[in-house]
Amino acid sequence: MTSQQAPLNNGLAKTPTGISGFDEATSGGLPCGRTTLVVGGAGSGKTVFALQFLAHGAHACKEPGIFVAFEETANRIIANAESFGWELGALTRQKKLFFVDAYPGSDIVNSGNFDLGGMLAVLELQVKTMKARRIVFDALDVVLALLPDLASQRREIYRLHDWLLAHQLTGLLSAKASGDGTRDPGSRIFDVAQFMVDCAVLLNHRAVHGVSQRNLRVLKYRGSGFDENEAPFLIGKQGLEVAVTRAPGRISVKATSERVSSGVERLDTMLGGGYFRGASVLITGFSGTAKTTLSAAFAEAACQRGERTLFVTFDSEHSEVIRNLMSVGIRLDRYMKSGILRMISARTIAGSAETYLVRIKAFANAHQARCIVIDPVSLWSNPGTDMTTQSVADRLIHWSKGDGTTLVCTNLLDELSSQMEGGSHTQISTLADTWIHLSYVVQAGERNRGLSIIKSRGTAHSNQVRELILSDKGVTLADTYTAGGEVLMGTLRWQKESAERIANEVTEVAGKRKRVKLDTDEAELEVRVKSLQKELLAKQFEKALLARTAEGRKEELSHHRTQMKESRGADAVKSGRK
Amino acid sequence: MSRRPQFKFCLYLAGDALNSAQALVNLRALCETYLPDRHVIEIVDVFREPKRALEDGIFMTPTLVKLAPLPVRKIVGTLSHTATVLMALGLESVTS
Repeated sequence: MTSQQAPLNNGLAKTPTGISGFDEATSGGLPCGRTTLVVGGAGSGKTVFALQFLAHGAHACKEPGIFVAFEETANRIIANAESFGWELGALTRQKKLFFVDAYPGSDIVNSGNFDLGGMLAVLELQVKTMKARRIVFDALDVVLALLPDLASQRREIYRLHDWLLAHQLTGLLSAKASGDGTRDPGSRIFDVAQFMVDCAVLLNHRAVHGVSQRNLRVLKYRGSGFDENEAPFLIGKQGLEVAVTRAPGRISVKATSERVSSGVERLDTMLGGGYFRGASVLITGFSGTAKTTLSAAFAEAACQRGERTLFVTFDSEHSEVIRNLMSVGIRLDRYMKSGILRMISARTIAGSAETYLVRIKAFANAHQARCIVIDPVSLWSNPGTDMTTQSVADRLIHWSKGDGTTLVCTNLLDELSSQMEGGSHTQISTLADTWIHLSYVVQAGERNRGLSIIKSRGTAHSNQVRELILSDKGVTLADTYTAGGEVLMGTLRWQKESAERIANEVTEVAGKRKRVKLDTDEAELEVRVKSLQKELLAKQFEKALLARTAEGRKEELSHHRTQMKESRGADAVKSGRK
Repeated sequence: MSRRPQFKFCLYLAGDALNSAQALVNLRALCETYLPDRHVIEIVDVFREPKRALEDGIFMTPTLVKLAPLPVRKIVGTLSHTATVLMALGLESVTS
């Protein structure tokens, strides 16, 4: 992780800043051995940016650094940065980091021209002593403001720049400026400076609809490609986190055809096997249409498969969500206990959509989640403009896809705004792979929950509106009954079901009766067949008997005749003669 | 008026840079005019003694530090605006 590593194809070495997202956007960090200018208004995060750059260098890159503080004292800077966990105090003691208190003080008197030659002489000694590779001049505007004219300011900036180049230091100058030079005449010098430096970064902090929004934009970067768009960032627990839509050249994850269960068996069938792994699923519906339940069913199924799952809820405390889900037979508490499921109540996260995204990302990374449920994503549209929410939703989906995470978001539709299907104002619907719409179907004086799949990319899916039934055994979809071109739900479905049942029974009974009768007939015939067979036998016997008797008599007759002849002593009778 | 305090100065210069040379000339002239025989000037070349400058917290050159009488005062620049310098040194009454 040294800055000399990873030379890009254009040969320009980069120095990583350790700022998540920024290094990706600039494909590696700040230009090594060059000067970078960070401009921004008050409180835009310049000092944090600079400190993180130095802390990362000292911790991870074996590059000692010097921080020249013009605006605050070193002790205050170290104290203020305490919460980031960079251990600046320890780094200072290990001589990996050095703070120079160049704060001019409030009582300083300025009389005539001066220069920074003295400071550079001092720094030169320090650079040599600690073999520093990185140097930060924080709030350079403070000292430049003491100079009498623009020409002197320019001269000092060039002096600084030349000095940095001569010493091959990766330099970072930070200055308060509006960036465009129109609002603040004092910042004109930094427009000059922007031409001089190799890389310029603009930070801004503004309130949009009362919600704080921080943005970072790389204005220029000599000899390197960079993400030119304004990227939102926030100052989190580990410092700056820049939200980049996509890092240039990032390898996209191969799409799989693996299916994951939605947690509702019949819904899986409707979707042709379930959601795709890594897909983004959107569940829209008015309040109370069981969006949470449906998404929780997915979470439960994921936990059953042993996949680490993150459940972000914006509506209520997670304990309430778990309790409410118990009533429909979804038991998430055991997975919470085993640690496979992490539930976050995002009500505690205040801020813009950007903040939510970064926090959710951080939680998901910490939990190594494979499945994420966000319920509901529509709350994002309140803070910030629609455009940011849109881009956040865009990045959310992009990020989850990049990680191969299966994402289920619910989106609350405003009942008043549009009764038309899926008036999803975040436009997330165009990005989602699968879009399930839940609605109330009012039929015969009843409100029933209807589920339909509006789209599901790459999967054959049922086009039918199905009734969603919640019971203590869980979530299921009812059988479909259609009548007159309408899907029957609720009592109508029940009536139809029972009517069909009765009709079935009648048919069944009739069938049984017929069968019995046929059985009887068959038995009767069989009996008849048997008796006839017996009769036949008897006749045959009689016939045989008759034949035998006739032969016997014949024999006896001839015997009798012989005897008679013998007794008469007559001549033997010639046979054949009667 | 014989018990007027002794002035002790330390002037930090950056080698023979033009600003620094001007400051030295201006300081000498000022002292000759307003503080004859009651001033001491120490000159520190930060190029030769960067460590000293770091310890003293001097980063802009030239810088004049008035060490005595108290309070300690720092004046940055060529000292060409005499009125400003005198005011900073608490000598404005002398001019009037």
